[in-house]
Amino acid sequence: MRKAQHKDDAAAKLGMWLFLFTEMLLFGGLFLLYGVYLARYPQEFATAGHEMHRWFGAINTIILISSSLLAAMSVTAIRRNDSKTAVLLLVGTVACAAVFLMNKYLEWSAEISRGLYPGSPLLAQAPHGEPLFFSLYYLTVGLHGLHVLIGGSVLSVMAWRIRHGVITAGNCIWLENSTLFWHLVDLIWIFIFPLYYLVL
Amino acid sequence: MTNSEATTVQDERGFWKDTGKTGITSWIFSTDHKRIGFLYFYTVFSFFLVAVILGILMRIELMAPGRTIMGPQTYNALFTVHGVIMIFLFILPGFQGVFGNLLMPIQIGARDVAFPRLNLLSWWIYITGAATIITSLFTGSGPPDTGWTFYVPFSARTGTNVTLAVFGVFLIGMSAILTGLNFVTTIHRLRAEGMTWGRIPLFVWSVYATAWVQVLATPILGITLLLIIAERVLGAGLFDPGRGGDPLMYQHLFWIYSHPAVYIMILPAMGVISEIIPVFSRKPIFGYGMIAMSSLAIAAAGSLVWGHHMFTSGMSDLAVLVFSFLTFVVAIPSAIKVFNWVSTLYKGSISLEAPMLFALGFILLFSIGGLTGLILGSAATDIHVHDTQFVVGHFHYVIFGGSGFAFFGAMHYWFPKFFGRRYREKLALAAWILLFIGFNVMYFSMMVLGVEGMPRRYYDYLPEFHALNLTSTFGSWILFAGMVIMLVNLFHGLLRGEPVERNPWGGATLEWSIPTPPPTDNFVEEPVVTHGPYDFKGSGIP
Repeated sequence: MRKAQHKDDAAAKLGMWLFLFTEMLLFGGLFLLYGVYLARYPQEFATAGHEMHRWFGAINTIILISSSLLAAMSVTAIRRNDSKTAVLLLVGTVACAAVFLMNKYLEWSAEISRGLYPGSPLLAQAPHGEPLFFSLYYLTVGLHGLHVLIGGSVLSVMAWRIRHGVITAGNCIWLENSTLFWHLVDLIWIFIFPLYYLVL
Repeated sequence: MTNSEATTVQDERGFWKDTGKTGITSWIFSTDHKRIGFLYFYTVFSFFLVAVILGILMRIELMAPGRTIMGPQTYNALFTVHGVIMIFLFILPGFQGVFGNLLMPIQIGARDVAFPRLNLLSWWIYITGAATIITSLFTGSGPPDTGWTFYVPFSARTGTNVTLAVFGVFLIGMSAILTGLNFVTTIHRLRAEGMTWGRIPLFVWSVYATAWVQVLATPILGITLLLIIAERVLGAGLFDPGRGGDPLMYQHLFWIYSHPAVYIMILPAMGVISEIIPVFSRKPIFGYGMIAMSSLAIAAAGSLVWGHHMFTSGMSDLAVLVFSFLTFVVAIPSAIKVFNWVSTLYKGSISLEAPMLFALGFILLFSIGGLTGLILGSAATDIHVHDTQFVVGHFHYVIFGGSGFAFFGAMHYWFPKFFGRRYREKLALAAWILLFIGFNVMYFSMMVLGVEGMPRRYYDYLPEFHALNLTSTFGSWILFAGMVIMLVNLFHGLLRGEPVERNPWGGATLEWSIPTPPPTDNFVEEPVVTHGPYDFKGSGIP
């Protein structure tokens, strides 16, 4: 016997918002460590912060914010029953995610080739605080990158589901929740960017 | 028992039979909250029994000074594994997974939780986490020996299989988050018509508060555990003083989660007690609103007291003072509950059946556990008993005497509902007496040992501690005997017990108004709630 599928969009949204809270708290632990160690080693953090490539960070910020716009527009498109545009906008979002990760790869390669990574001989000689900065940087940005990867994959699945008519104007809670997740990924980056690239 | 009665029970076996599906896949892929509840029950309870055996072995080792049956490294692994299994595999997922799943949807008049498939996924993630932890015991270079708290720097350096175990715990945490958000959403969205916030049973209130703690605290554990893995695998150095890191930051992060986690273990237990006491006193609960609100107050204030685990860690004096004060604040809502339960008992017509005995046991043992907690919560006395057997005695009074007894009480209370049969009352009484005596002999001796100065987690001790350690070990055997009798009794009841009708105890909450055992859809027709959960007169129960 199969129960009639019970459908409650408000519940699905409430559940998603709770999940987003847990994600913020997950990153919150890393931001907490950043705050404590910044207070303890302000000078070393400043030195380490100047090693960062601001241009990479800035370009990635622009890419991510645009991708969020595209994702939001795709929700509007599906509500207007325009699934073709919705799919196109989602493909745009996923493309942005891919470019973001590509940039990240180039940036990390450049940094690693200069010997800036946890446990490197260069950082082993640096004063206390600098290795902490880079460890935190790699962990935070790495975890965020993982979220970009997951978010991009989820949005690709959503594009596929729109194309196959699973997600429609009357049944788009999956798309809405996925884009909510994507906005969270964007939001977390908006905190990471100034903390690691700008304020130091 | 006549034959016709037996056939009735056999024919109408509710959710056990009415889907027409059998075999293991009808369980492990079922999205029915009752089946998932039993999946949790069988898994968490098996882990509980394994950890009980480990505990008994530890007590045997401590029976006499020096080596008794194992070496120090084995002992270290044993207390670590005992703690990890009891905390992360039994009591943390236990109440929400088992009784939250089995009863919360029925008690609010819903057919299932808000996200049934997510509910099943939670169990699967739990099982994967459990399998990962078990694998970590038998692979790599030996089971973890850090204690269940995984403190750095030792956990970052020890050669044992910490990385895998920690990842397993991370998965268990993910499962808890999903259960938590599922339950919060369910309670907000799926209450039946007429089931107002003032009419939801107190067990549901406590499940609700617990679910919030699961959602808000567990992510911090997640990131902390990932950081241990980063320390070990990537050499991140965030907690390594040699590179400017601070091991104290680990303790802060760990306890920011793990102290609220204590309330994940105890809050649902308090909910169970709030259900049992009025039913067996035949009186409406005293102070419904206060009990409900104190659950939320405990959940909120409990998030701000983690520092009391760290009084001797070298934290600033001001922090010690603040955390000590906040710890005393948490005692207030807990005391409110105890006073309300006692007031409910006052002038009630009390029937001392098994669930009630466990509930009364809970009140006494939890009070002892709670008050000894204040000895640890005030900084001056904590310095003396910190990291001694006193601490071990204290938290076993809260978690075993409290949550554990409530868990057993819940098993006895809801057993007839789900199996449609009864266990034998006299055997249950015998089991309870042995459990209660054994428990006190075992753990009270530990508290005395602690005050006398015996440290926790030591494999060996000075000869003057011998007598009390021996007493404690004897207590563990009495306790074990009680547990065996209890399980035999329940198992016997499950196969041969006398059949029961819908409402053997005369409860007024919704689960007693539906057929026994509950059908898959829970309610034959959509319930409309017209009276409160403890309004025995209004629901026509004498």
